[in-house]
Amino acid sequence: MRTVDPGENFESWRAVAKRLLQEAVSPAEVIWEGDALPCLFEEPTAYKVNADKLVVPAAFMDLAKCVACHGDPERWALLYRILWRIARGGERSLIEISSDYEMARARRMEKSVRREIHKMHAFVRFRKTGEDDTGRERFVAWFEPDHFIIEAGTPFFVKRFANMDWSIFTPKGCAHWIGGILKFSPGCSSDPCDDPDAMEEIWRVYYRSIFNPARLKLKMMQTEMPKRYWKNLPEADLIESLVAESRGRVDGMLTKTPREVRPVLKNAYLEKLRNLPEEPEGG
Amino acid sequence: MDLAEKLAILADAAKYDASCASSGANKRDSRDGKGVGSAGGSGICHSYAPDGRCISLLKILLTNRCIYDCHYCINRRSSNVRRTAFTAEEAVTLTLDFYKRNYIEGLFLSSGIVRSADHTMEQVVQVARTLREQHDFRGYIHLKTIPEASPELIEQAARYADRISINLELPTQVSLDRLAPEKNLARTQQAMGRIKLKLDEAHDRRKNGDRKLRHATGQSTQVIVGADDSTDADFLARSDVLYGTYKMRRVYYSAFSPIPEPSVVLPVKAAPLVREHRLYQADWLMRNYGFSTSEILPAETPNLDLRIDPKLAWALRNRQEFPLDVQTATRGQLVRVPGLGLRNVDRLIAIRRHTRVRLEDLARLRVSLPKVRPFLITADHHPARYLLDSDRLIDRFLPKPVQLDLFDDENR
Repeated sequence: MRTVDPGENFESWRAVAKRLLQEAVSPAEVIWEGDALPCLFEEPTAYKVNADKLVVPAAFMDLAKCVACHGDPERWALLYRILWRIARGGERSLIEISSDYEMARARRMEKSVRREIHKMHAFVRFRKTGEDDTGRERFVAWFEPDHFIIEAGTPFFVKRFANMDWSIFTPKGCAHWIGGILKFSPGCSSDPCDDPDAMEEIWRVYYRSIFNPARLKLKMMQTEMPKRYWKNLPEADLIESLVAESRGRVDGMLTKTPREVRPVLKNAYLEKLRNLPEEPEGG
Repeated sequence: MDLAEKLAILADAAKYDASCASSGANKRDSRDGKGVGSAGGSGICHSYAPDGRCISLLKILLTNRCIYDCHYCINRRSSNVRRTAFTAEEAVTLTLDFYKRNYIEGLFLSSGIVRSADHTMEQVVQVARTLREQHDFRGYIHLKTIPEASPELIEQAARYADRISINLELPTQVSLDRLAPEKNLARTQQAMGRIKLKLDEAHDRRKNGDRKLRHATGQSTQVIVGADDSTDADFLARSDVLYGTYKMRRVYYSAFSPIPEPSVVLPVKAAPLVREHRLYQADWLMRNYGFSTSEILPAETPNLDLRIDPKLAWALRNRQEFPLDVQTATRGQLVRVPGLGLRNVDRLIAIRRHTRVRLEDLARLRVSLPKVRPFLITADHHPARYLLDSDRLIDRFLPKPVQLDLFDDENR
């Protein structure tokens, strides 16, 4: 048995996994542990480098890069087992067998990472904090993801908001785009600047008004906007009252006396419309 | 009236339009520009209202004043709704303020008809032009156009927008004459035809090297379901034409919804949400699964079964096609199996090259076993013949009796 430290990201895991694979250390002999001290790793002289060329399909690397961002500490061991089976276990095509027990698990992790990157792009809410002398605006946001997606999720914001300054703070790492330079910093446990933005009130007006009480579909909404994101969405605390009021509003519509039809207006354009031929030429 | 009050009225006025897409634009971002915005990836839904609809764009009317009298519409001239209008500057600022806070993907702008089609269209185009030219806005813009507006104005709209649309609203002229007397089906389709030519032209120019060309990439439309007595077959036949002849990106089906200002001509009733859902499913099967309209709705049944999805309904009518062996069936056959989606079919085709597919494989792909079991043969499963022949097969799929009430517990 040996205990190894996968480090914090795909690159660090890859370096360790590569070495283990070359040494032909089977997954059953490895304990992946974040806190492992380097000295627990056997000394370099102790391993025998296997000269076999170990080929790993690109599709596995793509999968591993994504799964590496998952919050589950077991991801490192899972990835190594799959890698082992592909490179050493004679299962060259494993990556294509999405219904294999371990592949299915990895694919599910991949899916939730991709989904959360997408949700980050959707649910990060910037608040404006000011402008610099040149008029360049500065924004901040607080987001709480389940997975380690800050680096993977940030390029989207750089492209979209290249001409603003902004910081996205999260417990799992922070991203800062200031003066056209991107930097990452360690996570923080709470929102470092929680001043509200006056525009949030206008956004809430919009949310309230775009809702149609006659089509209540709460379940559908919660599938797409899970409750765990609500606490950082300025509009979410309206949901309860909108739902509670909806029945009364619809009953009001259904029992309202219908409006009579007003006479046709005197309007040159309407007059012209009425005189157009039924079937336009070449219709 | 302050901005918040205007927004409350003009968003409320726009919410009956179901269109929400923010995908399919030409790829671009703000790194080589002065402004803000990117587009061209998959659409993003930045929020969801409790009606289950995604909030992707700032969807507003420029004004809800209107000289038309469409009886399903809250903004018709006979309605007593409060009236207001945004200035172009207000609409522009609101879009930018929301966009920079990452609330939205862009703007969906429509308008009541004021004075004339051209006058209205000019106002709408003005907002888009200001966003693009003064503010270098590179986010998504969807503009609603009016079939009677001049082709030049519609083409201007298309140059600033990513998506343009004209709503058909009702599938026959008879219904339009009764419920939307100012609208004309032939004129609408003629305008859609012109737009299609312009979209094709722009597509070719981009393909032939004009990468900088700014132009909409598609058009869409909406029909209202349940306002007239059109059948589902009428709607799907109309959609067939819209997708085929006019190359619509999407046809939206919007359940006729109660409005606070009902018309004597069109009594309000609860929105037919299940019917709307089934039409979307049928539409999806036509566009992505190779089903034809006549397969989904044979001549003798003009309406979709509200109890089960249209693919299952087709399979139950065509049991002679089943069971299929998951190991040997073609892709075209597998996508027709109830419970198998496109992605899982592709996965199964990859898997079966390497191994015999068993029920547990399907379970790990999160396929619903109760749903596929009667229709599929796997290495460890052969459905009982009597099951496929049984008149009671449908009972397996019917939902447990629930009240089809909008406000039932499921929705709480």
